Amino acid sequence: MKQLGIVGQSVKRSDGIGHVTGQTEYVDDVFYPGMLWLKMVRSPVSRGRIRRVDTSRAERLPGVTAVVTAKDVPNNWYTILCLIGIEPNDEPVLADEEVMYEGEPICAVVAETEDIAREAASLVKLEIDEQEPVLDVEYALTADAPAIKKWGNNTFMYDGMNHRRLRFGDVDRGFEEADHIVEGTYQMTPIEHVPMETHVCVVKPEPNGRLTIHSNTQALYFTMDNTAIILKVPSNRLRLVGGTVGGGFGGKVDVITEPVTSIAAMKTGRPVKWRWTREEEFRRSSVRGACKMEYRDGVMKDGRIVARKVRSIHDAGAYHRHSPYGVQKNMANLPGPYSIPNVWVDCYCVYTNRQPSSAMRGFAVTEATFAVEVQMDKIASVIGMDPWEIRMVNAYRNGHMRPVRKVVEDATLLETLKAAAQLVGHELPARVRDMHSDDYAGVAEPVQP
Amino acid sequence: MSVMRGRGIASANYPTGMNLGGDPTQALVFCQPTGTFSVKLASTDLGQGLKTVIGQIAAEALGVPLESVVVDTGDTDSAPHDMGTFASRATHRAGNAVIMAATEAKKVLLEVAAEEMEAAPEDLEVRDGQVSVKGTPQRTMSVFDIALAAHFKQGRTISGRGIYLKPKSAIDPETGACDPDSTEAHVTTVADVEVDTETGEVTVLRLASAYEVGRQVNPQMVQGQITGGAVMGMAHTLMESVFPYYPALDHHPGNFGEYVIPTAVDLPELHHVVLEYPSSNGPYGVKGVGEMTANSPIPAIVNAIHDAVGVFVTELPVTPEKVLRALRAKEQL
Repeated sequence: MKQLGIVGQSVKRSDGIGHVTGQTEYVDDVFYPGMLWLKMVRSPVSRGRIRRVDTSRAERLPGVTAVVTAKDVPNNWYTILCLIGIEPNDEPVLADEEVMYEGEPICAVVAETEDIAREAASLVKLEIDEQEPVLDVEYALTADAPAIKKWGNNTFMYDGMNHRRLRFGDVDRGFEEADHIVEGTYQMTPIEHVPMETHVCVVKPEPNGRLTIHSNTQALYFTMDNTAIILKVPSNRLRLVGGTVGGGFGGKVDVITEPVTSIAAMKTGRPVKWRWTREEEFRRSSVRGACKMEYRDGVMKDGRIVARKVRSIHDAGAYHRHSPYGVQKNMANLPGPYSIPNVWVDCYCVYTNRQPSSAMRGFAVTEATFAVEVQMDKIASVIGMDPWEIRMVNAYRNGHMRPVRKVVEDATLLETLKAAAQLVGHELPARVRDMHSDDYAGVAEPVQP
Repeated sequence: MSVMRGRGIASANYPTGMNLGGDPTQALVFCQPTGTFSVKLASTDLGQGLKTVIGQIAAEALGVPLESVVVDTGDTDSAPHDMGTFASRATHRAGNAVIMAATEAKKVLLEVAAEEMEAAPEDLEVRDGQVSVKGTPQRTMSVFDIALAAHFKQGRTISGRGIYLKPKSAIDPETGACDPDSTEAHVTTVADVEVDTETGEVTVLRLASAYEVGRQVNPQMVQGQITGGAVMGMAHTLMESVFPYYPALDHHPGNFGEYVIPTAVDLPELHHVVLEYPSSNGPYGVKGVGEMTANSPIPAIVNAIHDAVGVFVTELPVTPEKVLRALRAKEQL
């Protein structure tokens, strides 16, 4: 590798001193004279029909300047995936007819202080006819479960199918050839991103009619374009300012604070701030979705995996958010970094009446890695092989064809295995000690398309 | 009571970037009158240090000192389009866009210098903020003076535009065929744990990893990712869940007393080595390291628990309750 100049040097980070001395300016540090505060009124139930939202007592509270309901949202669809052609829209910005999860936003109150806004939110009276929620993905997939989606079932539809699939080689033949069948089920439960900085948004109406939106989004243009669609204004009316974020981990790509805060600012003509509490971050923000992965592998006595069949069920919660995309990422990674000639994968994106899940660090790949790598040890223990050896025997090499039909060109799995063994002083079995990613000795020839 | 020790390993690949709907990032670079280069990006810095590594890449591509590069992120009025900071894509995409923009700017810089120095542009090189004639190092001119000449004498803009686009790759609905990444980084992690068979508690003693992440732009910040990710992965394995009894809604946590994350006292010993095999399409061979570091610790710890006490706990998080239940089920076999 060619030596470069400043690239490759551990120079001190340009913003480090600011971060550790508390001088870096985050969105919550933005303050404007006359700024108002926003608080959200949320569904207390997991599923129900909204009969009535009575905001009259909240509106009479001194210091309350506005209430924002579904009627105030020009295009009341949460549109984040429509820009990349994933439809139909399924999530309202503010719920109007039904609520699909506990904590779903129904209306916002805007007041002179954060305390008044909080009190006013507690004065909004909700009348909701509660319905039996669908909370379990396996139940959601059965014919008995009520369809919580308008299209008549509880799965995202990919090109007319209720799942994404990989088909590579012939798994049935692989299972017939195999000396052993090894099965395993792996379950991830939802977790929270826990950024140090919670969601915060400040919107200032400018004298020229534009809105300056201070946001800690991970994606400024994506947020601007989606906010413009929801507000039904051309994007030239909006200016997104951000770029310094106190931790994202995928939790700040949902465009979840900017549209409502903008509507409140337009309605009142004054700057508005909405900052989430830690409780909202835990209980109301998107989470890493639960994911259940069922593996069935056909394995030869010498350790080679000759067939792998996987069924994966991703719990999207109540709405798409980014889950339909994550499931595709899951699909591509469920075979793992191994050369397996016969692969069959079915991935389902399933809706339940739960807090929506969305992107999180390692989006649906973390899940696959957990399942694949525990499964590898399970195989090793069933056939009585060293865990290092089972990985090295099956590791993909350059030139191999992955099940997504992409030729591997930058494999270094074997190199990391050898380096890790050296790091901890582990002696590798003689059979695999000299393997490397450009060498096929002792393993299957590259699988051709 | 007995405390059992075990070791587990896990290997993983990780894709850089995404492909859904196409995945572009743009950058603009322009030179100020006295030779400061401004890099305009809409990519956000999440705390991982993007601004710093982009500054390094721009300085490398321009041939100027890091101090004379100003990286401005975060304003849609002044910076061109970026998809966002996620999918381990920012350094790869923005880095490539910045190299392209810097290359265009550098071409003008050399043309301006060539006229001032009465030399051919192709005979000039830029290093440490000085333009010199190749092979004749005494014939030099500073970027400072060239920038002044461009602005006030020649009337030229020393600026450049850059974009990197990973085109959309539609998924074949029947076979799943697609191009899901730009490159793949790799890792193997070794976990050493202790399992208390009376309480079910798991203590991670050590996490040691060998990473391969293409070229490192800033090794210390790669280390930051590896360290932070190891702890995040450990917490994912042993501590965290917003629905501890999923799919039941019980015990939904709302604060740090109910949702416990690791603190300094929970940290295991952490070791790592980094291998560098440059990617063919990353800026200077970069691969993404942002997300992957939280992944391999999870199965490595689960496998180490199996090595210690002979049970695979395959539902996360691996709480003491689940360990004890698994041990009890094993005894009853």
